[in-house]
Amino acid sequence: MDTKKTTFDSRLLPYLLLAPQLFITLVFFIWPAAQAVKSSFEREDPFGLSTTFVGLLHYQRLFEDPNYIDALIRTAVFAVSVTALSMVLGLAFAAAVDRLTRTGRVYTTLLVWPYAVAPVVAGVLWWFLFNSTTGLMPFLLQKAGIRWDHDLNGTQAMILIIIAAAWKQVSYNFLFFLAGLQSVPQSLMEAAAIDGSGPVKRFFTISLPLLSPTTFFLFIINVNYTMFDTFPIVDATTVGGPAQATTTLVYKVYQDGYLGLNLGSSSAQSVLLMMIVMVLTFVQFRYVERRVQY
Amino acid sequence: MAGIKIAGVSKVYAGGVKAVNSVSIDIADGEFIVLVGPSGCGKSTLLRMVAGLEAISDGEVSIGGRVVNRMEPAERDIAMVFQNYALYPHMTVYQNLAYGLKNRGTPKAEIDARVAEAARMLEITQYLERKPRALSGGQRQRVAMGRAIVRKPAAFLFDEPLSNLDAKLRVSMRGEIKRLQRRLGTTSIYVTHDQLEAMTLADRLVVLNGGRIEQIGSPLEVYHAPASTFVASFIGSPAMNLVSGELHGNRLAIGPAVIELGAEAPASGPVTVGIRAEDLHPAREGEAVLPFAVDYVEELGAQRLVHGQVGDQMLTVALSPEIAIGEQLSLAIDPARLHFFAVDGGKRIGKGSVPAGVAAPVVQPV
Repeated sequence: MDTKKTTFDSRLLPYLLLAPQLFITLVFFIWPAAQAVKSSFEREDPFGLSTTFVGLLHYQRLFEDPNYIDALIRTAVFAVSVTALSMVLGLAFAAAVDRLTRTGRVYTTLLVWPYAVAPVVAGVLWWFLFNSTTGLMPFLLQKAGIRWDHDLNGTQAMILIIIAAAWKQVSYNFLFFLAGLQSVPQSLMEAAAIDGSGPVKRFFTISLPLLSPTTFFLFIINVNYTMFDTFPIVDATTVGGPAQATTTLVYKVYQDGYLGLNLGSSSAQSVLLMMIVMVLTFVQFRYVERRVQY
Repeated sequence: MAGIKIAGVSKVYAGGVKAVNSVSIDIADGEFIVLVGPSGCGKSTLLRMVAGLEAISDGEVSIGGRVVNRMEPAERDIAMVFQNYALYPHMTVYQNLAYGLKNRGTPKAEIDARVAEAARMLEITQYLERKPRALSGGQRQRVAMGRAIVRKPAAFLFDEPLSNLDAKLRVSMRGEIKRLQRRLGTTSIYVTHDQLEAMTLADRLVVLNGGRIEQIGSPLEVYHAPASTFVASFIGSPAMNLVSGELHGNRLAIGPAVIELGAEAPASGPVTVGIRAEDLHPAREGEAVLPFAVDYVEELGAQRLVHGQVGDQMLTVALSPEIAIGEQLSLAIDPARLHFFAVDGGKRIGKGSVPAGVAAPVVQPV
């Protein structure tokens, strides 16, 4: 890929143009992150009058805390499930819409709508649908012999937030996959058709490999999404319950820090969460991207 | 190996646009047919209908005696070389060549043998493990050809395969395509808008215009006896001069000049006269003279193209560089080399013939 190099007359101008973005990053990301790192090494008294440096105590306690380890595993299950579900569905919808010629735009518009829904609203929507007393889904599931009550059953609560989180993300994945599919040159598909490859085989041997940069990109975005951005969905749907069954790492940060006012431990957790995402992203870029470059 | 029969084939797009209008071509086994015409003449659409990439609105296409109208591209036993090569970017050259064979369940040993043979023929053996992006334009072109030949299809279809290459490479690849086709003896249909490419490659040319066939014939027939003013102006460089004249008895008047035809004219009244630039020469003693006012000269080295006017009509003349050029020239032409076309419709009047002294090329089997 060739990049265009821009030359500025003044040495100051580029910095000036960057300033707003840098300012926002600094104030809303770097500074809070630095604060979190700082307070993760400190213990604060209940009235906020004094702070004591405690070193790695919070981190040490976290790794000895079975609740934290459980939340870690739970988050992994949640992230993998949401990413897999929303990407497979997004790809399936994209492949279906890509085959349409005239109605494609209508379906695209309709499929993108969930993305415009605020996460809290999405959470409430699914909460209503699956409400054990008034919801539509438990009523239907009852007929299939399944008793649904996510207020009591932890597994069902987890399934509910996975569905709600994935539902919102399908739109995003769909859009990217559709754009990716449409940028696969038509002549490649024609060449493959002449080479004796049917539509399904073409999809798996030509389209899918050519989509791998998109797939890779979406994978990172989706994992980051489930790690950070699913807080409103959890909060609106299950409030982390029942019995912590849906308390993901990001929700635990909120619970311990904001509700439990254990700021030191909460900060340590958010620092760990940040590190997990950084490491994941680094690993992905370092080792996966090499294989998907054309 | 198989002939291709295209019978009354039309393509009508939604909205009633007729891209191809009742075209019939009989292609013999092993023949190299070139479809040539300006952009939008329907040549690519016709090729894509033969390939099965475009539905046939009307008429019938048969390959090797089988009507293929309702067959999938894969079942038609054809291979196609695309303008942008359409190589699979995520596969190595070897995988690109093997893909079609693999899809047809060819045994691994045979795939290896066929790929190796095609690679050797096209001199791409050392690139087999590379991805297409690591190849130059010419090498990609070879791989695209390789993908066609490994399948040993009944016919090759070429869709402007050389138009993405630079001029020099185009000439050498042109020669290679011709050589390869002779050697394999596979029926081929080749689409191009480049009349020079068409002339050099074709056993027979099909000149298309507006979805219709203007003329089918060997390159020399088409060059020396164009069936219409369209063909006359499209085939040959510089384009044939087309001037208006008037026939009367055995004489032709072009502006102020009168030429004795030596025989009865094939028509009477106003006609369009076609004159090849190289058929004009400075008048010798006793020849009918066309007074020619020189505008400007293009030097091509081996010859020079002199642009100017006879009366008020533009004319281009190809002259040897030894001939001195002043402001005025007296030109003459052998009347047998004049072409006449109807003023309306532009159809040829009178039969043309390949002039004596132009021998058909002798092709040595490779």
